[in-house]
Formats: sequence, structure tokens, C-alpha cells
Amino acid sequence: MTIDTGAGPRSAATTRGAARALDLLDGPVTDTTLRRYLEGIPGVDAVGLDQRAAGLGTRSIKTTSKAMALDRIIELIDLTTLEGADTPGKVRSLVAKGITPDPSDPTCPRVAAVCVYGDLVPVAIDALGALHAPRSREAGTGPGISVAAVATAFPSGRASLRVKLADVEDAVAGGADEIDMVIDRGAFLAGRYSQVFEEIVAVKEACRRPDGEDAHLKVILEVGELVTYDNVRRASWLAVLAGADFIKTSTGKVTSNATLPVTLLMLEVVRDWHRLTGEKVGVKPAGGIRTSKDAIKYLVTVAETAGEDWLQPHLFRFGASSLLNDVLLQRQKTKSGHYSGADYVTID
Amino acid sequence: MSFLDYAPAPESRAIVRLRPSYGLFLDGEFVDGHGTPFPTISPATEEHLAEVATADEHDVDLAVAAARRAYDEVWSKLSGSDRGKYLFRIARLVQERARELAVAESLNNGKPIKESRDLDIPLVAAWFFYYAGWADKLDYAGLGANPKALGVAGQIIPWNFPLLMLAWKIAPALAAGNTVVLKPAETTPLTALLFAEILQQADLPPGVVNIVTGAGATGQALVRHPGVDKIAFTGSTAVGREIARATAGTGKKLTLELGGKAANIVFDDAPIDQAIEGVVNGIFFNQGHVCCAGSRLLVQENVHDDVVERLKHRLSTLRLGDPLDKNTDIGAINSQEQLDRIRELTAAGEQEGATPWSPPCELPANGFWYAPTIFTGVQASSRIAREEIFGPVLSILTFRTPQEAIAKANNTPYGLSAGIWSDKGSRILAVADGLKAGVVWSNTFNRFDPASPFGGYKESGYGREGGKQGLSAYLAPSGGAQ
Amino acid sequence: MTRLAVPKTYKLYIGGKFPRSESGRTYEVASKDGAFLANAALASRKDARDAVVAARAAVKGWAGTTAYNRGQVLYRIAEVLEGRRAQFADELVRTEGLPAVTAEAAVDLAIDRWVWYAGWADKYAQVLGNGNPVAGPYFNISVPEPTGVVAIVAPQAGPAHSLVGLISAVAPALVSGNTVVVVASQAAPLSAISLGEVLATSDVPGGVVNVLTGSPAEIAPWLASHADVNALDLVGAGALDWVQLQMDAAETLKRVLIPEDGADPAAPSLDRIAAFTETKTVWHTKGLL
Repeated sequence: MTIDTGAGPRSAATTRGAARALDLLDGPVTDTTLRRYLEGIPGVDAVGLDQRAAGLGTRSIKTTSKAMALDRIIELIDLTTLEGADTPGKVRSLVAKGITPDPSDPTCPRVAAVCVYGDLVPVAIDALGALHAPRSREAGTGPGISVAAVATAFPSGRASLRVKLADVEDAVAGGADEIDMVIDRGAFLAGRYSQVFEEIVAVKEACRRPDGEDAHLKVILEVGELVTYDNVRRASWLAVLAGADFIKTSTGKVTSNATLPVTLLMLEVVRDWHRLTGEKVGVKPAGGIRTSKDAIKYLVTVAETAGEDWLQPHLFRFGASSLLNDVLLQRQKTKSGHYSGADYVTID
Repeated sequence: MSFLDYAPAPESRAIVRLRPSYGLFLDGEFVDGHGTPFPTISPATEEHLAEVATADEHDVDLAVAAARRAYDEVWSKLSGSDRGKYLFRIARLVQERARELAVAESLNNGKPIKESRDLDIPLVAAWFFYYAGWADKLDYAGLGANPKALGVAGQIIPWNFPLLMLAWKIAPALAAGNTVVLKPAETTPLTALLFAEILQQADLPPGVVNIVTGAGATGQALVRHPGVDKIAFTGSTAVGREIARATAGTGKKLTLELGGKAANIVFDDAPIDQAIEGVVNGIFFNQGHVCCAGSRLLVQENVHDDVVERLKHRLSTLRLGDPLDKNTDIGAINSQEQLDRIRELTAAGEQEGATPWSPPCELPANGFWYAPTIFTGVQASSRIAREEIFGPVLSILTFRTPQEAIAKANNTPYGLSAGIWSDKGSRILAVADGLKAGVVWSNTFNRFDPASPFGGYKESGYGREGGKQGLSAYLAPSGGAQ
Repeated sequence: MTRLAVPKTYKLYIGGKFPRSESGRTYEVASKDGAFLANAALASRKDARDAVVAARAAVKGWAGTTAYNRGQVLYRIAEVLEGRRAQFADELVRTEGLPAVTAEAAVDLAIDRWVWYAGWADKYAQVLGNGNPVAGPYFNISVPEPTGVVAIVAPQAGPAHSLVGLISAVAPALVSGNTVVVVASQAAPLSAISLGEVLATSDVPGGVVNVLTGSPAEIAPWLASHADVNALDLVGAGALDWVQLQMDAAETLKRVLIPEDGADPAAPSLDRIAAFTETKTVWHTKGLL
């Protein structure tokens, strides 16, 4: 199946994502058809969305439910370091933390993935060793830990498509299991929806590995730059139409990152997509989630919006770094019955 | 174990220390009533909570006399600013004892603690705080300079928001300079009696507020008492009609907040997820025991199926059960009598050919419970589309054009509230214009604020509560006082 | 030699037309000193019913006009009244036996009152309405709106009551967009029917004001109990069993104004406009996101 995408650089791309769009748009993927579709989606009332999120945030998760939630949060974390100062040593330390979050408690689960810049993917894989997800699965020793790489001129995305694709190809070649790409917010805000679409389709293509397995694609909307909920909803649909495996809120590099309302909104999109097609797309809030209390609100929101099915690492992730230690403190409290302290969890 | 089976998260009852029995609050003291005391229970468990006194005619007479004395000798002589200070004190005391009041409310009423804690009690405090500031500014109430208090106000309130309705009544009455005899609902007297303790802590002069508990007869005695200058009633249209008849020719001022059968109108361009939330909040908030509940969903026919499907999905996440559990969305029906009424009407709905649907939902063995229910295929002529059910039951009807939506929304003797869901501002405003309803919520529902007048058209009653309008209901112009 | 006069037939005014009573009944209107003046229509309950139907049908149009337009239409009535000063004064002299000077002053007063109320049409909502500072992200505004159909028992006694009292009761109900069914002074109904003629020749749509002549005691109970009447002004019902009327009105929770005695019943006030309005409060969410 081919799609007519106008003058786009990869106009003959053939992907699962493009097929999604073709079915729904009932015509070629152009700015016009995308605009017609995206702007035909009902609007979002900001006050109502905020109130619904606040309401979900008042759920009181106690005792056994809390213990379950804390472990699940750890299992859903993309433990992240995305600094200019990242070094192999820092990444090895992060990996060690991801493998053994709480050295004092062997029952503590492992994180879902570590998330690093593309050039550090080989370091992370090396550090994971047999616990790297593909090897672990192959050996039948559990899900292991995946390696996610940010790419496409992260975080701004301001580079040519050629450069962005090279970025992705490098990370995939380096063994990344997951690619966290950014959309071109400038193009989106200027109404060049087909350009955003095409880039996602192209990146999705670049996620293909010779072995036939795709690196999973997370599409970062950077909600803090899209600003309005209507934009977030449209961008979410656009990303899903273009083949995203996950939609992700933020890079963590702008002032406004993941919020509960915006995550709720994105969950509503994947829920609706599932109703429409039967396909499940994941959601990843990233940036700004630092406490167990907040993270539990997200779990509640996922469970009561998309459904409990979504509380799996292939459908929901937290992009976070400091969250893990707060969860560990809470987890220690739950187990011991008394409050723990910062010296009883490790820094990575 | 499923994560969604949230472990119990009960609010502690220890914060409320109920006495075994409560008297009437007359002239600043708790005294025995002359009627037969009655038990008050938790509708969620049928557990006995306390014995409550019944005020007979003689007690009502004493209460009115105390209120008159307090009016003549104390309250009418106090400056507006001092009256205001008492109200500010009350507001603060309510805030200080908010959790206790919330727990007591949920115990006695059956409403979820999250509603009593996050909505009822905070609004109670807000109501007193708002009207406190009015007490020394009556010249700006819209009645000209030096408006006069009416005297003794008899106030009768319902069981659906026991303490909040008390606040809606007492705060403006006292701010305007009246004294009060208030009768709480028979099934929910407890928070009013705790409130009497707050009045003692506030050192409110004796007799300014008197609380007489009892059933309908107590209310009748109050309505018919010749020493009462003003009656304010919230409750059913049937009783409101009786009161309007009983006060005819007496010169008593009357305000009535009565029943409703609100339309919640969902257009095809509505912000759909928020509309679903609004529909759910509109009818399932407080178990549908809300006079302004959005009990008729008018949905544009072209999105009917989608809306119903989304609604069903959403209803399946509602949690029914222990009102004191912080995660409970739907609490208990307030009484056996109300439960019978809901059952009778829903049975009629089925007989008339409408299709009920409820999410899978386990009802507790004891207490009074009704699963959240939606009816599709409801015709405008059906009883469940016309009569107030006052329960967690939604009737879904369709429309095709805005004109038809307005006509169907208005096709009721009631006119309390309505909701509109659309992304199109001009249409929202035009539809709001066309609706015969005292409160119109656009892209929201069931919002209340002391600054916002509330009250109905037609058989939903007359007068407004809240805002400047709510204050003037307790005042007469300087020259025009009787 | 004096010319032989052409006397007027005084009929009802319903829905913009001047029908006789469907019952065929009339009653004799006499001057103060007993001289025959006219056979006025003795309205029946069915005439009252027809008047309510006409009034209800006119609500949408009248309430739906812009306030500016309604004000102009009301002002136009004052203009037409002014042109008929002599006729109204003459009718007051003949029915109520007022001295000509008193009658003329009363007509002037009635016209001036009408002008006063006409000017309120595009202001009362500003004075009675308000924006409400609610604690949340909402636009919230309260505005008064007409309640619908108002039935009025016009003043029945007092000097110039048949014109000044009538107008004082009818005009404020019209200001906000209500329509009116008014039961005229039983003893002195001529001004009321002449007012109908004024209305018929001005720009007021038919049905906005409907005038019934006859026995208030007979008609008022039908209006008080009529489910399609929203409000009841008993200003002139003091001699009737008005408590029963108020009780009848309770059946459908009508808004009721009780009888007034005194020299100037229904004296001009904003309260009389407000009495027949409903405060509607509209909330709307406010969000930048």
C-alpha cells in the first residue's frame, strides 16, 4: 500500500501507521485531510478536564493496594538520565540502580527500561548484560530491562529530517529497543500536520532492524510547547495515526511537563483508538513526576480511563529519575511500618 | 488481585462523638421536646446513631417566642458589623470542625465522604463567610437605603444536603438581621445539632437560632405559627404547594426551592469526555438526591449511540458502597421511603417500554441502596421523563435541532436548572436564553457558590438563594416593611 | 341644533381583536349619577381562557424582542395615549365622575408613568442583574427574565383608578416581556377598553395585552387556577376573596402580588417590574488551555 503524501521526502513510505491513517482519512494524507480529521475531533473543555483529573487524584490508595501500586510504579519506570554531562560511568550507575533499585530488599522489582541519549546506548546494553531485555527474554529469565534512546535531535527537534533519521538509525544500530522521538512542534503549530505525520512515519521506518523486530517508537508531543489541550489531543491522534507505539508527554526539558490532566487526555485518545480499532497504544508521562503520591494518581487515572490492561510496561511508562527513590522510601515504610530516610536509598 | 479493587480506605468515625440522645436547641440550650423522640440511623447500615427529640406545637411555640425575644431584645439592636462578626466566627468554626461535620453528614445521610468533605462542608463555610460580609452592607442589597429585617424566619430544609441547606438558610437570614427557627429533615438531623454546638462555641446570643427537630407535623406547626414573618422552604413541590396555600393571606414572606427535572443537553460538537463527566456528575452526584439533578439527558440523535456507550463505560468505574470510604462515588439512598419511590418510578419506566441498564454492581446487604441506572428509549411522555425520581436514575431522550432541544427541555412544569454541552459559544448562549430554568450550566453541571443565585422558574419554586438576591429574600425596603 | 352622537360599543380585547363575550352577556356601565353609559361585555371563564391562550402565544415574540425595541414599542403607546388625552379624560369624567381638571391631570399622570416604565425596558436587567464572582474558573452572570403570562386584577376603586391604576399595574408587567391578561375595573371599564384600542393601533403585537371586562369575582378564580398563567397580580382584588385566589395560585406555584389599598395602588417602582421576572444564572467554564 502506498500513500500520496504530496512533496514529502518519504512519500512512498509504507508502514502500519500510514495504513491506520489511510483507513481513517479515506484519502491521501495531506495537510487538508489531516486538518479535516483532526479538527473534526470534539474539543476539550479545559475546566472539565482539570476537574476530572483532580477528582481521580482524590482516590485514596491504601494498604495492599498501595503496596501493589508501589511495585507496579517501579516496573513502569523508564529510569532516565538525559544530561549533557552524562558519562559511561553515570549510565552504568543508572543501569545498576534500575536492576537493583533497593539493595536491602531482594523482592524489589526492576524498572522497565533505562532511557539515555543515543550515543550511550551501547554502554547501557553492556552494563545490563544478560538482563538486557532481548537477551533476558531469549534466555527465558524474565522481561529484563529495555534500553530506550531519545533521538531526532532531542529535545528541540530542530534539525533536518536527514539528521533526525541518522540519529534514529544510529541508536537503533547501537541496539536501542525503544526510540523516544520528538515531533516538530513548529510544524504542528504552523498547521503543517502532514510534515509532522511524515516525519513520524519516516522515523518509524528507521526503527526497523535487520532482524525484523522494530524498536518501539514513543512519540514525544512536548505538551508544554503545544500548550492547549485541543492541540495535545490533535497531536495525540496525529501520532497514533502515523504509527506511534507510545505517545509521550514531554522531553523534561521545558518548563511544563507531564501533568495529570494532560496524561488523562492522552489516555482518552488511546482508549478511543482502542474502541475504534482494537489496537492498544501506550502512554508515557515524563518529567515532573517525583513522588509516589503523584505516581499513584497516574495509576488510578490509567486504570479508570483506559483500563487496568494498560498498567503494563508495554502500554504505560513513567519517564522519571527522582521518582524511583521516593517510591523506594514509601515501599520501605509500607514493609517496615515506619518512615524511612534519604540515607536508606541509593543515589545513582 | 485487581488494582482497581482499591483496598478499603475508610474515614475514621472517631472524630465524631455523638451523644446518645439530642434535645431541641431552644434559646441557646438543648432541651427535651414534648413529642415522642425518634431514632436517627445510618441509611448505609441501618445502624442506630442517636435518639432525637420531636418538637410538638408547644415546642415550636417556645422556639418562635425565643426567636422573637432574641430579635426584639438583641439581634435587631446589634450593628450589622457585629452580626457579621458572629457569622465570620461561625464560618471559621465550621472550617475547624469540617472533618467531624463531614463524617457526621455521611453517617446520617449516606452520601460519600468525598462529597461531604470536598463539597458540602467547604460550601457551608463559604456560605457563612460570604453572607458575613453582607451584614453591614445591606444598603447595597438592592432594596434602597436602610432595608429592614423581616423578623422571625421559619426555615425548613431537606435531607439531601442537610448542613449545606442549613447554611443556605441561616447565613442570609442572620446577615439580614432576622432570627431563625429551623427544622432539619426528619432523617438527617445530626449535623444541624452539631451545628447548634458550634453556635454555642461562637457564643451566638441565645434564641437567635433555634433548631426544632421532628417530622412533617413539626414543620407544619412552624409554617402555621402566627409569630413567624418569613418561611423559607426547600423540598418537594407537593409540600411547597401546601406551604404556599397555608401562608396565603397571612402576609408571611415566602421563598420556595422545590423539585426539578433538569435537562442536560448534549450537542454533537460537545467536548465529549467532559460532557460524559458532566452527565455522570449531573445525575449520580449525591445519589441523584439533588433537586437540580440533570435527570433528563437530551442528546443529539446523531451522537446518541456514542454517548450511551461512553456513558456505560464510565458508569462501570463508579464505586458504590460504604459512604465513609474515601473512594466511594455512590453512597446509600437516604431512606427506605425514598428507595421505594425510586423503585416505583423505575418499574414504571420499564413498563412504559424504556430500557434500563446498570453496571455490574454489588449492593450491600443492609441499608438502602440503588445501583446507578440509565434508561434508554425513553419517550417524553414517560413518567421517568416527567416526574422527579430523586435517585441515581437517568432518562435518555434525543433531539435533532437546537430548537427541539429547547422545546423538550422546557416541556415540564419544573424549571430549576439545565445543562448545555457544546463547543459553540453562540449556540450555548442562545440556548441558555431559551431555557426556562433558574440555573443554566454550560459545559459544567452541579456547581454551587454562595455568590451565585440559585432557584427555579415555574413549579420549581420562587425566590433565589445565594448572592445579593438571596439576601434580599430576608429583607423589606425601608418604607415597605409590614 | 346638537348633533346626535355615535356611541361606542365596548367589547373585550383579546389577541389583538375586539370580540364580544363568547357568552353573549353584557352588563350596564353607568356614570356616577346613574346614567347609562354603555353595555360592556361581561367576560366569561371561556373568555378568560381565550385571553390566556392569546397571551401565551404572544410571550415568545414579546419577550424575544430586543429591550431597545420593546422600550420603543412601549413609548409608542404613550405617544398614542397622548393623542387621545381628551377621550381618556372624558371617559374618566363620565365613569368616575371626576372633575375635568382632575381627569386631565390623571391622564397626564398615566401617560407619564407609561413613559417612565418604557424607559426601564433596556435598564432593569442591568439594575437587577449582576455578575457573580464565584470561586472557580467560571463566567457567571445573573439576569432577570420575564416570567411569562401575568394575570392582573386591576384596581377597582379610588380616584382615576380605572386609568391610572390600570396602567400602573399593566405597564410594569410588560416592561420585561411578560404578556398580560387584565381584568378591568368592573364599575369603570371604559378606559381599559380604550387602552385596548390604543394598543391595537400602536406597535404592540396582538395578545401582549388582553383586556377582560366584567366581574372580577367571577373571572379571577379561573385566572388564579389556570395552569398556564405564571403570575397573579391581585392589586385590585382587595374586595374579593383574595386569600382563596392566592391559595388557588399555589397549585402551580404562581408568583403572587397581594392586594394594595391606599390612594395610589401599584405606585411606580422597580419592584413591580422585578416581581414578574425570574433570575436566571448562567455559568460557563473559562479556560485558556
